[in-house]
Amino acid sequence: MDAPLDFRGKAGIADRLFGFAALAAGTIVLVALGTIAFTTTRRAWPALDAMGFDFITSTRWAPNDEVFGAGAFVYGTLVTSTIALVLAVPVSIGIALFTTQVAPPRWRKPIVYVVDLLAVIPSVVFGLWGILVFSKQVLPVYELLHGWFGGIPVIGALFGETGSGRNFMTAGIVLAVMITPIITSLSREVMDTCPTTDREGAYALGATRWEMIRGAVLPHSRNGLVGAVMLGLGRAMGETIAVALVIGSTVGVSANLFAAGDALPARIANEWGEAEGNWRAALVGLAVALFVITIIVNLAATAVVQRTGERGGRR
Amino acid sequence: MTDTLHDGLADDSSSTDDAPVFVTSDLSVYYGAYRAVRNVSIDIRQNEITSFIGPSGCGKTTVLRCFNRMNDLIVGARVDGSILYRGIDLYGADVSAVEVRRHIGMVFQKPNPLPKSIYDNIAFGPRINGVRKRSELDDIVERSLVRAALWDEVKDRVKASALGLSGGQQQRLCIARTIAVEPDVILMDEPCSALDPIATGRIEELMQELKSDYSIVIVTHNMQQAARVSDRTAFFTVEVNPESDRRTGVLVEFDSTKKMFSNPADERTENYVTGRFG
Amino acid sequence: MTVDGGSGLDLSQRPSSRTRTDRAMTAVMLVCLLAVVVPLAAVVYTLLKNGAGQLSAEFFTADIPTISRIEGPGMGPAIVGTLLITAVAAAMALPLGILGAIYLNESSAGGRLGRLIRFMATVMTGVPSVVMGLFVYVTYTLRFKQNAFGGALALAFLMLPVVIRTTEEMLKLVPDNLREASAALGARRSRTVLTVVLPAALPGVVSGCLLAVARAAGETAPILFVVGAATSVNTNVFREVNTALSAQIFANAQLPFEGAQQRAWGAALTLVLLAFVITLIARVVTARFALKR
Repeated sequence: MDAPLDFRGKAGIADRLFGFAALAAGTIVLVALGTIAFTTTRRAWPALDAMGFDFITSTRWAPNDEVFGAGAFVYGTLVTSTIALVLAVPVSIGIALFTTQVAPPRWRKPIVYVVDLLAVIPSVVFGLWGILVFSKQVLPVYELLHGWFGGIPVIGALFGETGSGRNFMTAGIVLAVMITPIITSLSREVMDTCPTTDREGAYALGATRWEMIRGAVLPHSRNGLVGAVMLGLGRAMGETIAVALVIGSTVGVSANLFAAGDALPARIANEWGEAEGNWRAALVGLAVALFVITIIVNLAATAVVQRTGERGGRR
Repeated sequence: MTDTLHDGLADDSSSTDDAPVFVTSDLSVYYGAYRAVRNVSIDIRQNEITSFIGPSGCGKTTVLRCFNRMNDLIVGARVDGSILYRGIDLYGADVSAVEVRRHIGMVFQKPNPLPKSIYDNIAFGPRINGVRKRSELDDIVERSLVRAALWDEVKDRVKASALGLSGGQQQRLCIARTIAVEPDVILMDEPCSALDPIATGRIEELMQELKSDYSIVIVTHNMQQAARVSDRTAFFTVEVNPESDRRTGVLVEFDSTKKMFSNPADERTENYVTGRFG
Repeated sequence: MTVDGGSGLDLSQRPSSRTRTDRAMTAVMLVCLLAVVVPLAAVVYTLLKNGAGQLSAEFFTADIPTISRIEGPGMGPAIVGTLLITAVAAAMALPLGILGAIYLNESSAGGRLGRLIRFMATVMTGVPSVVMGLFVYVTYTLRFKQNAFGGALALAFLMLPVVIRTTEEMLKLVPDNLREASAALGARRSRTVLTVVLPAALPGVVSGCLLAVARAAGETAPILFVVGAATSVNTNVFREVNTALSAQIFANAQLPFEGAQQRAWGAALTLVLLAFVITLIARVVTARFALKR
């Protein structure tokens, strides 16, 4: 009883050690992004330095001549992710609406499970299916579309001749399948936060279910949906392996969606094995370009989603 | 239940149509197997304010939500007995809930403007009912806002978000939105419970003004409010089954507000209105 | 009782074009659901059709043929490699990620640093795996050569932000009164976290971590750059090239030989089964034990 009261005690040290370990873990995340940017840029520098702005704008990629223009791959990445979004966004929102607003509660879980099952399948397996099965099956459909729309001015350019089934369109479709689960689950979450009172308010004015969705659920979810779509876009742009297998691996810029091309990450995966010297540096440069693009997209998505959260908090 | 419809209403009888708007007979509401309210029989009359009072859990809101079939939205909810709205069975096989709600509007406990502009909130109802012309919509929006005593406060910012309004303004916006579809009846579910006394006063004033054009049914937990605004009052209470601990709402008494608060027939009503009942 | 039902009031009149739109949109939503079920079924079907025949004890254990033209099994080294790389990655990322999440949720509630870390973790989840692979190549492989540990590093970096974010979500679900009760008994914060908060959140944390592991096990791009390609089993994480199922699928899918493609299908089915089993365990853990949102 004579011992002086010591409020610090031994546990104080344990507390501090614990806090230190936790802080270290957090710091790794903090420095990781900067480190990634720095080390990869440094490694890619010989190629970036030699090419200057042409690295992004030029569409000539000729490793044997030491010419590295990533323009065609940037183009391929944009085209394939655009196709993926055009296909996946309506489908995802449709599924999310069906799950949250239409389906009886008993159906909800099974639907969520089935959609999430798509996210369990690794991308390389989608790629395998794409290259050995889907790209062959879908060829007649492309030819049919070419026959229907190929002759129409302007739009016809999109539906040109089909070589093999491995092209922008196939890559876009496979990407769409892969990003649908993520967009669906994020959309579902934001739709779930639409207050019952808002929905009842619309119903009480004599709205049908669809009118209620348009009047209450969609306006409420708009920001969150934009965020979900952008996160999906980030995924689509960074997806490597599936695209590498089905895009056709050709350096080319063509409006024709049925033409073979290549995308940033796919080119890295396909050429890495044979590349050396500046070629390798240029491939790392492609990764830097991809990193910058995806970070911008993800930052924007995070900002949009956070704005939704704050607004949700106010209400 | 009680059939003393013409007692104590001499001052008001001239304006009332003899045919009730709603005739509710032997209404019970179930959620799954659980009976939430049983055997309610009430007539709601035209151009009157009818208030439902009672302790929480007594089923007053549940009954109110039967009048515009809002309970349809709750999975497992089921109704027994009948509600005739102007002679038509609301729960008849051929009746569309969407159509019912166009005639019978509702204002909720928490102001629930849609996340859109003030203008679009009010135009929402008319738009879904096929009003497309800009000038016509402008007209309806202004008329509804004036009627809801909100026009002067928002006329310079009808394109601004409705979520920027104060609670009281939001609730008046919800009333304006309801009026915009030109309903016959307005149901109000504790419309002032989220508002301060001043905003509450404004809504009560508004109800008196709206009475000439609409029949109003209001659920309130505030007895003074019922006494102030309503022509008739229904008192509900909870019956607890001692064995199963199940709670069921029942209608105790329904009469003119004056009689309910001065000389109720049922002892339970008397206890409640005099504050002796928790 | 007389009613004015004769006044033309008709509640049955269903506004036809509106009802039609409503029905049409519901149908469209169902079609959307179908649009997902069809490719899922197609992938699963071809996987089973082409892969099931490959699976055998020999396929799981035998070395990968050095000449890809050859038909027949196996995928033993790739299976070992996948398990090894994923396990090492998990051993690094899970403790670190969970600690990081504890820091975010328990130590620095709302602090500026905490918010920054949370934000960075969110952004980091968006870094493509190919970039992460090259990052590890530049910082590790150039010095230590291709081996399994490089792959594990890359996968760990991919898992880390996911683990942090999901763990934090689970910790948030632990009610504050549990923390207060423990603190009121005189427990230090570290004790409170270890004996009260973490056990309460554990099922959710485990399930979130398992899902992150399942995703990482299927990653391909980093393996290509930093692990290399072995054809026989290598259990030394730090020495010599290794391989993984995903990398084998990628390599064999591009070969025109029947035997290689068959091995790719077999490897794909194995990989999907592995990911599926991990996911299933996660599901069961969530359904059985987790705190509900």
